[in-house]
Amino acid sequence: MKMVKRAFVAALAWVGASSPAMAAWSDLNLRVGVTELSREIYGLHMLILWVCVAIAAAVFGVMIYSIATFRKSKGAVPATFEHNTKAEIVWTVIPVIILVAMAVPAAKTLVKIDDTRGSELTVKVTGYQWKWQYEYVDQGVSFFSTLARTSDEARQLDSGIAPGSVENYLLEVDNPLVVPVGRKVRVLITANDVIHAWWVPDFGMKKDAIPGFINEMWFRADEPGTYRGQCAELCGRDHGFMPVVVEVMPQAEFDAWLEAQKAARQAAAAPAAQTAALAPKVDQVATLRVANAE
Amino acid sequence: MSLTQTHGHAADHHDDHGPAKGIARWLTTTNHKDIGTMYLVFSLVMFLLGGAMALVIRAELFVPGMQLVDPGFFNTMTTVHALIMVFGAVMPATVGLANWMIPLQVGAPDMALPRMNNFSFWLLVAAFSLLILSLFMPGGGPAAGWTLYPPLVLQTGDALPLAIFAIHLAGASSIMGAINIIVTIMNMRTPGMTLLKMPLFVWTWLITAYLLIAVMPVFAGAVTMLLTDHFFGTTFFAAAGGGDPVLYQHIFWFFGHPEVYIMILPAFGIVSEIIPTFSRKPLFGYDAMVYATASIAFLSFIVWAHHMFTVGMPLAGTMFFMLSTMLIAVPTGVKVFNWTATMWRGSLTFETPMLFALAFLFLFTIGGFSGLMMAIAPVDFQYHDTYFIVAHFHYVLVPGAVFAIMAGVYFWLPKWTGHMYDERLAKFHFWMSAIFVNVLFFPQHFLGLAGMPRRIPDYSTQFADWNMVSSIGAFGFGLSQLLFVYIVWQCARGGQKASAEVWDGARVQGLEWTVPSPAPYHTFDEAPVVK
Repeated sequence: MKMVKRAFVAALAWVGASSPAMAAWSDLNLRVGVTELSREIYGLHMLILWVCVAIAAAVFGVMIYSIATFRKSKGAVPATFEHNTKAEIVWTVIPVIILVAMAVPAAKTLVKIDDTRGSELTVKVTGYQWKWQYEYVDQGVSFFSTLARTSDEARQLDSGIAPGSVENYLLEVDNPLVVPVGRKVRVLITANDVIHAWWVPDFGMKKDAIPGFINEMWFRADEPGTYRGQCAELCGRDHGFMPVVVEVMPQAEFDAWLEAQKAARQAAAAPAAQTAALAPKVDQVATLRVANAE
Repeated sequence: MSLTQTHGHAADHHDDHGPAKGIARWLTTTNHKDIGTMYLVFSLVMFLLGGAMALVIRAELFVPGMQLVDPGFFNTMTTVHALIMVFGAVMPATVGLANWMIPLQVGAPDMALPRMNNFSFWLLVAAFSLLILSLFMPGGGPAAGWTLYPPLVLQTGDALPLAIFAIHLAGASSIMGAINIIVTIMNMRTPGMTLLKMPLFVWTWLITAYLLIAVMPVFAGAVTMLLTDHFFGTTFFAAAGGGDPVLYQHIFWFFGHPEVYIMILPAFGIVSEIIPTFSRKPLFGYDAMVYATASIAFLSFIVWAHHMFTVGMPLAGTMFFMLSTMLIAVPTGVKVFNWTATMWRGSLTFETPMLFALAFLFLFTIGGFSGLMMAIAPVDFQYHDTYFIVAHFHYVLVPGAVFAIMAGVYFWLPKWTGHMYDERLAKFHFWMSAIFVNVLFFPQHFLGLAGMPRRIPDYSTQFADWNMVSSIGAFGFGLSQLLFVYIVWQCARGGQKASAEVWDGARVQGLEWTVPSPAPYHTFDEAPVVK
């Protein structure tokens, strides 16, 4: 009973706090997004949506007309026909034509989505219970990305912190993924424990992160900005609390950021490198690499 | 002595002995009507239990922030809600209707294998006792989603073996039920009832039964592999040992997609009985309906991976599953058009079964549209695992399958009980259900498109408004179903006497309307004649 009362109070607080302006268009529909793929996907979505609306208008129209007209209370006398071959052929063939017309653009987009060639930056994303790890392949930069502390405190059972008071509640992380604008970014996706799914709606794509396997996808963000998504595959207790945040910045800013990351890592690694015991091993590894290359 | 013998002889060969008295009647019965009733009551209890779990989910999602439950328990609720609704509510309800109606519709005295019939019911009770017991195990109930994907599901505590054995038992029960239905339909039709004279409900169940036999063992195999991975060191689904977690998903959905048709085909059958009755006109395109059902059943075996477009299949695989999935729209469209054409130039009345059937027609079609949208693989990369999916499958399952089942219950209830239900209350129940089901599920389309993932216990504040609307719909819908329980209970207790025909449009609709209401304990001891 106490819990019900608590929920009721929370509900009242929420209704009181939320602005009366209900649901802008962006709260009702798919996002157009900021990549070529996301725009194509949005276009396909709107196309199939309007096709469905048109068919619905026709079919529901006939249903409603029948319900309104052929009523016993209006003295309707039932006909006795049991089939009509012409009509049946028509309503089998027309849907087939519509489907083919839908399948063609869908297949084209699918081919484009599948083409990860010519990428300019490769990022490896690893899902953990319950955080993401981002690794800039061949750059020596990698870090974890977890739910921001403000959200984490507010989301505890009966935290007493109103979610509305937390900026980007549940959609903020400590270390976002940073990528350059206008560059084709190839994302390699895997997981360390259970299956997760990496998803940024504005990039149009999500892909499963599967332990032991590497999936790939790509995006090229056209506008700088901060883009937010969430894990999209049930991954246990805190599945709802491992957001994805990507910051897209101009190339120069990105380069500076990446250099700063590298420098910070070198500074942190410097004392360790001085450990004499490690040095020969590093050399050995380097020699092996050279041998392999030859 | 001779007198006793004569009496014994009479008891063997006449139909006037009634059911056993007391609890023994229900434990030992081999009567298809008793077993049908038990299935239906069981499914109603499970519907209310699964519904209560859904209300826990919707209560937590009423406003952002965590107010009521732990996230782990929330996952248990979504998991067990789905398992109960699929295997405990919808499937047993359609089996209950099959038990009651198939012998009556094909003119058979009972099901072909009556003792197995009893066994398959009680096995189901055992199955769900195990599943409910699993909620109280150390480590909590199953919480990896009803699809039980590894590796996550292997993190389940002691609940895992219980849930898997529950699935084994429920599967065995389903297979036995399916065998019984096939044998009854194939061997016990009354003379003159050729296959293409069978009522559509019998047809859809015949095809459903074959689907069940084809896929339940596959599911049993998949969950058994989970069991051995967990307890016996196999690595079917673990990459570290040469296995593949995605293999499980392929096996699961090879079962899972036919499974959704197992739930909806009998619903198609019920609606195909009701719409002609209340249109006072024969079903339009009977043959096409049969062939469309068979096509849907066939296609259901080659579309499974559309549930897993995001696992990273090769382009050719994604393309194949997209195109095969789109094809399903054709036979499904034929069905919707045929139902509409049945009403065309009919003479319609709108008793409660017809109202539910019409709501089915409109709302199932909406679920079909969103299904078509999801078939488009590139767009599904956005829809996948969001509330858009939740909205889709609830549209086809609640105002789809569940509404059709309720339509069937109202339609045949007078035949079962001999009384008319309270039409005024039933219409009220209909309108409450039809309105609230849309308040509940329609906003979930918006939530999914706006980017809310499914199976999350808490959400970002931009999703707050529609979640609140959806939760209000959920409580309205849930409470409306208590009315349904009351109406059924009241009708079983008494009420206006029903005639044999019950509905004035039922004159040509099937043999069940030729026996008195309530249907006697034993019917068709002598085979009726079908012209």
